[in-house]
Amino acid sequence: MKKKLSPREEYLLAIKRRRIAVLSVQLSIVAAFLFIWELLTRTGSVDPFIFSSPSRIADMFIVMARSDLFYHILITVLETVTGFLIGVILGLLIAVGLWFSPFANSVAAPFLVILNSLPKIALGPVIIVWAGAGAGSIIVMAVAISLIVTVLELSGGFVSTDKKLLITLQSFGADKKQIFTKVVLPYNIPVLFQSLKVNIGLSLVGVIAGEFLVSKAGLGYLIVYAGQVFKMDLVMMSVIILGAIAFVMYWVVNLARQIVEKKINHDT
Amino acid sequence: MAVKDVSFSVEKGQFVSIVGPSGCGKSTLLSAIAALAKQQKGSISLEGQDISLCREKIGYMFQTDNLLPWRSVYKNVLLGLEVQKKLTEENIDYAQQLLKKYDLWQFKDSYPNRLSGGMRQRVALIRTLSLKPQLLLLDEAFSALDYQTRVKVSGDVYEILRKENKTLVMVTHDIPEAITMSDKVIVLSKRPAVVQKMVDINFGDTRTPAQVRTDPRFQTCFNTIWKELT
Repeated sequence: MKKKLSPREEYLLAIKRRRIAVLSVQLSIVAAFLFIWELLTRTGSVDPFIFSSPSRIADMFIVMARSDLFYHILITVLETVTGFLIGVILGLLIAVGLWFSPFANSVAAPFLVILNSLPKIALGPVIIVWAGAGAGSIIVMAVAISLIVTVLELSGGFVSTDKKLLITLQSFGADKKQIFTKVVLPYNIPVLFQSLKVNIGLSLVGVIAGEFLVSKAGLGYLIVYAGQVFKMDLVMMSVIILGAIAFVMYWVVNLARQIVEKKINHDT
Repeated sequence: MAVKDVSFSVEKGQFVSIVGPSGCGKSTLLSAIAALAKQQKGSISLEGQDISLCREKIGYMFQTDNLLPWRSVYKNVLLGLEVQKKLTEENIDYAQQLLKKYDLWQFKDSYPNRLSGGMRQRVALIRTLSLKPQLLLLDEAFSALDYQTRVKVSGDVYEILRKENKTLVMVTHDIPEAITMSDKVIVLSKRPAVVQKMVDINFGDTRTPAQVRTDPRFQTCFNTIWKELT
């Protein structure tokens, strides 16, 4: 006989079912897209030389995997992680500095807005001259793209901290450092992780843009090279791998967020 | 200017309420007493010492409990002691005693979102009392609670503060609350506020807020204050 579920079990089962349904639909969309793409190229409706096809991309992956694909992936991942970490740490330090000094914050505000609006790719030639034609320039490009966004997001979060909590700490006679460590920082953990999530994508954009301009290895290099010699299979394969890298990094940040928020029982 | 020519004194152990029209500067006055806002003129002192030098002798409770949601009840209670670097064995023991005495010890590891509004407000009070303030300031501390909880919590707070022999200055717009909890009610005028009237409430120290509500003299006090406010 089937066991009767309690309302709580039924509720949890409904959530689980919904999750499975969402995942199934997502996977079906991807499968349908790949199937239609393959079908169109096999029937000759689209030219596989220009549009490539899932099977050609898979073949290319096998060929490249036997060659130096993982070296290129490693280079791009290392540059992205380095740019990401530098951007986040530097951005956090600047945002903390601006919170501690409202005067500096007022002075910096218009500059930050202008720098944020500036297309950093335009700085590419300058960065190459300053940082050299190597991995340094690529990392600087990644930092340039993600830094200002981090500063703006974190500063905004710090300033928006619940005033009632701040004044409570003031009523205990807390100094600015205590207010920051006991209220502002923990209150902004969700903002910090939101910023990290955005930064992953931005760092990857910066690295690929940097690799387009100056590189001897990496997925950006592969894309530029393959585009020049019209190897669209290689271009598509590299783009798909980039998507996979972005997904894995996003997943890692999300996991870190869950662990940290669970540890400090965040519920603001 | 929020308040002007406001002058009054509070005896040690006395409970005083401040009432007045909305926006007359009651909370500003309380912030100035807590040394959270600076007054342009005049002086505020506690036992002859300028108030800005006595911050650690003053406890402040706000309209909302302002508990940190990421800290357990116990860690919230110890927050003020942490800030003032007074986490001594004696003070921790006192905070634990307060939690036990006021039925919150079994919730010490719970987080604020698991507590009712009344319990949260009691935790906030214990957090303040753990600092052993001489003077307690309550800024419409019960106004965020529903009526039933409010009457219950204000009664609890009254008893706790009497037992702990604290001096209380509270701001409220609720006249019955002011009468039931105070020895003296100060009525402020419209902004810029001046002291319009001081009403002594002589129901004795041993009465409870609930008893005052049923006392025939309650209505007389209410009418006196109401007349001043309208």
